[in-house]
Amino acid sequence: MTMPLMRPPRKNPVLRTRQMNLPPWARSRVAMGLTVAAAEGRFALQVCEACGAVQYPPREACHACVSPRLQWRPQSGEGRLIAATTLHHSNDLFFRERLPWRLGLVHLDCGSSLMVHLHGDVRQPGQRVRVTARLDRAGRAVVIALPDPETPHMNDDPMLREMGCDPKFRKVLVTDGKSEVGQALVRALVKAGADIIWVGHSEPWKKMPGFDDIADLPQVTLVPLDVTDGRAVEQVGGALGGKVDIVVHNAEVHRTYGIGARRGTDVARLEMDVNYFGLLRLAQAFGPALRARAADGAAHAVAWVNLLSIYALANFPPHGTYSASKAAAHSLAQCLRAEMRPAGIRVVNVFPGPIDEAWNQNLPPPKLTPEAVANAIVKALRDGTEDVYPGDVAQEWLERWRDDPRVLERELAAGGGS
Amino acid sequence: MSPELSPATLLAALAKALQRGAIRVVDLTQTLTPDFPQIALPPEMGQCWPFRIEEVSRYDERGPGWYWNNFSCGEHTGTHFDAPIHWISGRHRPNNAVDTIPVQHFVAPAVVIDCHEQAAADPDYLLTVADIDAFETAHGRIAAGSWVLMRTDWSRRRDPEAYQNFDETGQHTPGPSTEAVRFLVEQRDVLGFGSEAIGTDAGQGYHLRPPYPCHYFMHGAGRYGLQCLCNLDLLPPTGSVLICPPLKIEQGSGSPLRVLALVAG
Repeated sequence: MTMPLMRPPRKNPVLRTRQMNLPPWARSRVAMGLTVAAAEGRFALQVCEACGAVQYPPREACHACVSPRLQWRPQSGEGRLIAATTLHHSNDLFFRERLPWRLGLVHLDCGSSLMVHLHGDVRQPGQRVRVTARLDRAGRAVVIALPDPETPHMNDDPMLREMGCDPKFRKVLVTDGKSEVGQALVRALVKAGADIIWVGHSEPWKKMPGFDDIADLPQVTLVPLDVTDGRAVEQVGGALGGKVDIVVHNAEVHRTYGIGARRGTDVARLEMDVNYFGLLRLAQAFGPALRARAADGAAHAVAWVNLLSIYALANFPPHGTYSASKAAAHSLAQCLRAEMRPAGIRVVNVFPGPIDEAWNQNLPPPKLTPEAVANAIVKALRDGTEDVYPGDVAQEWLERWRDDPRVLERELAAGGGS
Repeated sequence: MSPELSPATLLAALAKALQRGAIRVVDLTQTLTPDFPQIALPPEMGQCWPFRIEEVSRYDERGPGWYWNNFSCGEHTGTHFDAPIHWISGRHRPNNAVDTIPVQHFVAPAVVIDCHEQAAADPDYLLTVADIDAFETAHGRIAAGSWVLMRTDWSRRRDPEAYQNFDETGQHTPGPSTEAVRFLVEQRDVLGFGSEAIGTDAGQGYHLRPPYPCHYFMHGAGRYGLQCLCNLDLLPPTGSVLICPPLKIEQGSGSPLRVLALVAG
């Protein structure tokens, strides 16, 4: 049974802050399919379209019939543990620092056998398990066998915690606590056991309903933070950067204009200033400190969350300049991910469909509640996923976009978004 | 003033008095900083940019021997000047933009009407004609071509939240009543009106008749506005001279500026 995680002790300032040594990250190109599915929280294996064989590890051709027609298909991961062993020695720095480490062999119900990492609650060969793919600290997929059914406190398992970004006992910065999503995020993080939540707020003279209640929560400390103000971002970064384990960047400006519906560039510029340059300013101010603390104790720095939009993938013309700013932010988030991954910090990009907020008042449902967005973000942190498309609209658009981005572009241009 | 003093002698005497401190220079300007609030309109409307500043270099790899910044702001950010063209009522006035206003108007006498006690008691305080009458009874008639500055000590509210003073019904800051504005323009031919709050009009000025009467009547008559002033408590009721040239922005509706007052002794 997993022992519930206790509050980690305070850092010993006499000792050198432990540096991150990443687990082995090299994978073949074909194995990337496992990683991109894991990044979305799916466990997928190659399935042969010719003979139906499921196979692992990933290969260029089917192990049964040598057909190259292999497709990545979601798998339940259900199976049985055949053998278990415990490593007490490793020459790899990542594992060496985390010994002992348990590994096992699982026979999946679909026929494949896999060498897997073992959750602490998976004990005896013969036990039913659920195998899933998780991103490790290097951002590559590894397979782990979880107890089936789930056990109490199973997320507190040290191995699983290494593969996720659980907010429990972590210190989080939410860059905008005034918006409805921001308030829902703060509440969800409190519920998830975050230790301290620094809540950014700009233009303090503008009162937002509910914000005072957020400010009163014992875990919350308000921080004046306007992401358009480079000096302010730098100051907050300097003051808190060395303490923040998770940055949740949700500050955004959402206006509902295309090109012709609004004269001038002031709105588009504000959207870019907050949605794109805000991310850049924050990443410059907080990135280095986060990267330096990726192995700092049990509640080390671990993740950066960007609230993007499904419109980042394809322009929704009625919200055209907003879409453009989110596309720019998405591109920059990819750069941030590339710069943070070698340090062991995960960048989580969230692509919601329309959220039920003032600027979407005229959009028909379905619209995501702010709570649904917040819960999706906390779940992504717990599960260690990287790409999150919460809600039916986002899922549907994602599917259409994957199918053919040009078709989605035409559909959106005709106003047929949702 | 002795009529026999030539302008040249006068100017030399002024320079000497400034050097000696017989005439003091008082700064009526708020510091431009990103924290200083700007006027807030409903979010679907166009907005005035706040003051923002970013380093170009600071003796570093971006410029090893020098420090400098880029900044951005609106015409109506910080302590700023309102030109008649700012308002629809002043849009057809001649010389109504900051680049065409006669420069003589940028150096002019000022009177200060003290309303700080009223404003302390009532943040929505409106300057009345009776206040002006009382001022003139005590200090003499307001001369044509003067700035009229409303002292409220509002600038002492250093906290932006208290300075803006918003609630669910909007902003609550002091300003002039419609009648007072009309009196100053029509009966006293003043040069302009200055305030310590974020606008020349009261925070609830939108609900006066007409909305924003100070903007409407002052600019409609080709007069000017100054707002976000400070240190008005350091000025005498009469006898100071303001130096307040805005930036020479082509067809500019206003501009942030340094406002200085010359004060005897």
